[in-house]
Amino acid sequence: MSKIEIKDLYLVFGSAKRQAIKMLKSGRSKKEIHSKTRCTIAVNNANLSINEGEIFVIMGLSGSGKSSLLRCFNMLNVPTSGSLVIDGEDITKMDKDALLNLRRKKVGMVFQHFGLLPHRTILDNVAFGLEIQGLPQEERHNKAKEILNMVGLSGYESSFPHQLSGGMQQRVGIARAIATDSQILLMDEAFSALDPLIRAQMQDELVEIQQSLKKTIIFITHDLDEAIKVGNTIAIMKDGVIVQQGTPEDILLNPADDYVKAFIGNVDMAKIITASAINEPFKARIWQGKDGPASALRLMERHLLKFLPVVDHLGRLIGYVGEKDIRKKIANKENNIDSIVTDIPKVSMDTSITDLLPLFINQKYPLAVVDHKDRPVGYIRHSDVVSMVTGYDDDKVQSIIESAN
Amino acid sequence: MENLNIGKYVEHFVDWLSDAGEPVFRQITIIIENCVDVMQGALLSIPFYILIALFALLTFFIKNKSCRRSNVTKANAKDIFDLPIFCILGFLLIYWMGFWEETINTLVLVIVATFIILLIGIPLGIWCARNKKVNAIVRPLLDLMQTMPAFVYLIPAILFFSVGNVPGVVATVIFSLPPAVRMTALGIRDVPKEIVEASVAFGCTGRQTLFKVQIPLAMATILAGVNQVIMLALSMVVISSMVGAGGLGESVYAGIQQADVALGFEAGLCIVILAIILDRTTQSIGQKKEVAK
Repeated sequence: MSKIEIKDLYLVFGSAKRQAIKMLKSGRSKKEIHSKTRCTIAVNNANLSINEGEIFVIMGLSGSGKSSLLRCFNMLNVPTSGSLVIDGEDITKMDKDALLNLRRKKVGMVFQHFGLLPHRTILDNVAFGLEIQGLPQEERHNKAKEILNMVGLSGYESSFPHQLSGGMQQRVGIARAIATDSQILLMDEAFSALDPLIRAQMQDELVEIQQSLKKTIIFITHDLDEAIKVGNTIAIMKDGVIVQQGTPEDILLNPADDYVKAFIGNVDMAKIITASAINEPFKARIWQGKDGPASALRLMERHLLKFLPVVDHLGRLIGYVGEKDIRKKIANKENNIDSIVTDIPKVSMDTSITDLLPLFINQKYPLAVVDHKDRPVGYIRHSDVVSMVTGYDDDKVQSIIESAN
Repeated sequence: MENLNIGKYVEHFVDWLSDAGEPVFRQITIIIENCVDVMQGALLSIPFYILIALFALLTFFIKNKSCRRSNVTKANAKDIFDLPIFCILGFLLIYWMGFWEETINTLVLVIVATFIILLIGIPLGIWCARNKKVNAIVRPLLDLMQTMPAFVYLIPAILFFSVGNVPGVVATVIFSLPPAVRMTALGIRDVPKEIVEASVAFGCTGRQTLFKVQIPLAMATILAGVNQVIMLALSMVVISSMVGAGGLGESVYAGIQQADVALGFEAGLCIVILAIILDRTTQSIGQKKEVAK
């Protein structure tokens, strides 16, 4: 059974809600309804089912109603009609106490602009949810310290939010949401206010957190790349209507209409960063079991790579997949990538160049650099090693190769 | 055509109110009178040099706290000590001019009035910020209270509370109430929506949101309102000497009646000194909160 089930959900802002819904059901347009009743249709007949432990992405442009829909999950917005069932209980019919309990224990939320309390320390911010529940100070501080440690912010307990960078502040926001042990996390464009590099890093961390804590995460974004990177399921919204819902593969391969197509075509290639150092950080990785061939290919195209590292559920490197193999898979309409993962020698950051050289023999792909937990951090290309050893730049190496032939 | 006699109706209403509300007004009179008398008696029973030292220490502690975040350097050592030194010199000057008792009386009236204002104004401001209907009713009333000439309040104050310190305090409360309500409401309304939303999303009750999020974040604005209240109260306490309130106002009033320039100037100077000390002290409390933000 699914964790969250939404049925025929409507959300209307304004005073003449009944009339607006009646008009909507009789097929009038949003504009017409607005000019007649002054009501705004934020969510129009949403039907969703969200499985336990998945990252469910709701995507759409601003004004598409995605944030309004998200706020129905903890009743910050009260749906005008329809039902929203969490663990078999319809939260739209809950009384005040049950609702408080839901917000305190079951559903955590992360905000676009972090929503931290500026007058409290980081520790007290993380402990905020526990404080509301009435936990004694020592207990909640211990728990908060533990969570801060988990998100890599230990040592900042007594700092104030304004002393931290955006990325760190959002980590505090995530820590605050995790601290109450809520099973469900609502993330409202949580990474949209962060700069691209931090953003990519946070997306990876989010997937890691989800893998280890098994939260059910509902993630709002307007960025398709982000949606594909973190999402198990993606729902695309337009003008309050959910126009398509499916796995990233589905959406990429069979866009439902022109709106979705436009979304997919609208990728910002300018964001791609060119390689320069000998250790090139991986800009993407493929999660075993989560990502299929189509999203893998998309990631490759986006990052101009002929291969990508495949990692298991703990983020440990298993091997590479190559572009040709992926294309074959897609041509054969197969969905499993396990059979085309090739082994690759792993080196660490402090391996010397001389020790690297023997590893290149018979190696079609660059070497993988992993950290102490076996997680891929970057790769090393043949040509970079050559130019490092010879002191020649890339052009010179190329011209030597050409003249030799 | 006959003139429209709005004033007449108001007069009838005030007459009726002074009859019907007599027991209530008597209770209020007793409470305020006792408060003022006890505080004046207590402060005046302390030798002046000790009291001045206490005032100076108080301003020092407040200033010190507001500057504490940055380390003590030459630059902010001046910031910390300027007010206590001014406090000592100012009060000594007042004492030697012979206005010590009047100044203390005025100070007590300001303190009592401010206390009552905050007791009414801050809860009312919170209510206004959270309830649109209440706000719609209270706002025009505040506008009226602020634009009505201050002297007008003195008339019903006499009717309800006869003459003396009590009508003075009551008129002061009415005159100086608006900034307390306005600034509290403003501060609470200005708390970022996302932060309030976050507190609700984590399961805060209305009361928890108010006390854990809205009031702490609005504190700087509320304290700015308190500063304004005190300044307005000081000016009104002086004016209300016309209904028999004691203190420096009495001396100023006597100066006017006798065309005594010397008396008027000296009393006026004392008011200025008191105003500067009160203003700087309450301002630095507000600054402290802003730094913490």
